[in-house]
Amino acid sequence: MERFYTFFFVAGLGCFALAFTLSMVFPWMSLDGYHGMDYQTMEDLAQTPSAEFVQLSEEYPEAFEASFGAVNSESYAEALQLGRDVYVGQACWHCHSQYVRVVSNEAQRFGPASTAQEFQNALNQPHLWGTRRVGPDLGREKGKRPNDWHIAHLIRPKNVVPLSVMPSYDYYFEEDGTPEKEGFALVTYLQWLGTTYEEEGNTP
Amino acid sequence: MHAATLTPSEDGKSLVNYRLVKLHLTAAGIALLLSMTAGFLYSLQFLGFYPFGQEWLAAGRVRLIHTNLAAYGWLVNGFTAMLYYAIPRLTGKRVWSDSIGNLIFATWQFILLAAGAGFLLGKAQAIEWGETPTGFRPGTFELNWIPVDALIVVGAVLVIIQFMVPLYNARKTKFYVSLWYFTAGLVWLALTYLMGNIIPEWILPGAAGAAVTGLFIHDLVGLYVTPMGWGLMYFFVPLILRKPIWSHSLSVIGFWALAFFYPLGGVHHFLLSPIPDYVEYGAITTTIAIEVVVTTVVVNFFMTLRGRWDALRTSMAIRWFYAGAIMYFITCFQCAFQVTWMFQKIIHFTDWVVGHAHLIMFGTFTFWMFGVIDWLWPRICRRNWASQSLRSWHFWLSVLGVSIMFFDLMIAGLIAGFMQKDLNHWMEIVSSSVPFWWVRTVSGGMLLTGMLCMLYNMYATAKSNEIYVEEDNMAPLQEGA
Repeated sequence: MERFYTFFFVAGLGCFALAFTLSMVFPWMSLDGYHGMDYQTMEDLAQTPSAEFVQLSEEYPEAFEASFGAVNSESYAEALQLGRDVYVGQACWHCHSQYVRVVSNEAQRFGPASTAQEFQNALNQPHLWGTRRVGPDLGREKGKRPNDWHIAHLIRPKNVVPLSVMPSYDYYFEEDGTPEKEGFALVTYLQWLGTTYEEEGNTP
Repeated sequence: MHAATLTPSEDGKSLVNYRLVKLHLTAAGIALLLSMTAGFLYSLQFLGFYPFGQEWLAAGRVRLIHTNLAAYGWLVNGFTAMLYYAIPRLTGKRVWSDSIGNLIFATWQFILLAAGAGFLLGKAQAIEWGETPTGFRPGTFELNWIPVDALIVVGAVLVIIQFMVPLYNARKTKFYVSLWYFTAGLVWLALTYLMGNIIPEWILPGAAGAAVTGLFIHDLVGLYVTPMGWGLMYFFVPLILRKPIWSHSLSVIGFWALAFFYPLGGVHHFLLSPIPDYVEYGAITTTIAIEVVVTTVVVNFFMTLRGRWDALRTSMAIRWFYAGAIMYFITCFQCAFQVTWMFQKIIHFTDWVVGHAHLIMFGTFTFWMFGVIDWLWPRICRRNWASQSLRSWHFWLSVLGVSIMFFDLMIAGLIAGFMQKDLNHWMEIVSSSVPFWWVRTVSGGMLLTGMLCMLYNMYATAKSNEIYVEEDNMAPLQEGA
């Protein structure tokens, strides 16, 4: 029994396959197969540019035009994707979670608890749930604060929240606070978080 | 110890390629230096003293260097060195090829450089413990960086063949416990990496993808690092103590419990989430089950030490191994509680988890690799350790440092967790954590100092003139000798 093949096939392949089935294929079947959840592509998500995106274009017309041109679903899609890329590259998701649990009074603090459907889209592939909250959860960030707050906060968090330990992202903004392309994208992405929850017909 | 250990290689060449062992250990040491420096710098962000303001040195990116170099730079290089030493000696067969060994070494260090540079340029992938860049713009097949993930697969496959060849060539012999762990662990490494980096990135979004990333975080530690760790314990402890492991039955239980239960617990990284509850129940139950059975392995090792407690004084390697085993038991004990929903409500998302991760990754597996280095380095360099006091400093700074860090972060996590539940203002929670973050940085500084003692000692030993006289550790081992 205590030979090569036992450990290669039974332990190595067999035990892995069992776990793979139970903790991956089963949840996949529950979530995708039987509940018929629809997957939203980037085009679906960006159909209607958000009010916050429109407002950015009105407040910084020249800088916005240089970065994204006109407000339409293509430029909105580009901003969302770039915003997510910056968010991932800066490892924002290691200090901010993106899901609200049903426990610990989280629904009172952040907003309604997360559903499975709201993550079934291109901007959650891979998901950005995170495992640590140094800063608060961002899963219900949409519309909570104005664009100006986000811009001021990203430039220097301590100016807005004096005790914050968040790093400054001033390199995404010009001297006078006008966002550069990444700045626009990041604010657009942050103001998007929670949109798919509302689209399910829920109210935050 | 099994008789296969004593078989010389057929062609008269040295069974072990010491050059590759030394190369990988050196690379591991450098990776550890960079990783711990990055971790220390990152901890300064929490105190408001982070020194860099440039985009490419942003604190979040430096954090990725810390975690990924710890896993892929330090532990993978270290374990590879250990396998180059242990597998040929346990099977009596040489590895596949020495020149492939050079290729693996070069490929792996290139991977680390490409991944590190990728992090600094913001090309990370959104998979925890697998942030190594895919090299593709998300959702497309346009290259935007070196495809590190694909290179890791190539490197890992080469590593696996390199070591599977001697294992396969010894298929007619009865395997010693270490080889059970090494064989299965190498298979798991490939499967785990492929699963975790491909499925959530390209196939499954959202909650179903989260079940996979949870499994990936879990399996990388449980199905690669843990088998390599226990494999090396089963190899080095009897070798140094010159007596067999106490109970073969307990070894069997420990191995098969790990193989069966461990991979079933992956979803416990995302409890109380939109992942279906029945999957979470399964993960919780199996996690508690494995902690119970893992205790048998710890018992087995402490019973082996019975009658040889003097080794804790006389052998620095044994001291590292058993300090690590105690930390392992504490981590597992903690795990059996923290995996329940009752604890999760409070401690998930807090520093408790950070403390837990450091205790297992540093307090256990890094300690065990320190033990391997302590035993192996003089034998590879054929020089005596240059400084005895630096060895002691390294040990005590590490033990104290990681213990302080663990208790500090555990308390910080409990406080922050209860304050979150009690709806305190968020900034109150942050400010209540600051004193604990100071202690964390200081304890991290202790770990860093200890590690610098080791690296300097390794360097001084390699350069010294004091020849190490090889003790006859290939001679048959007698029970109770």
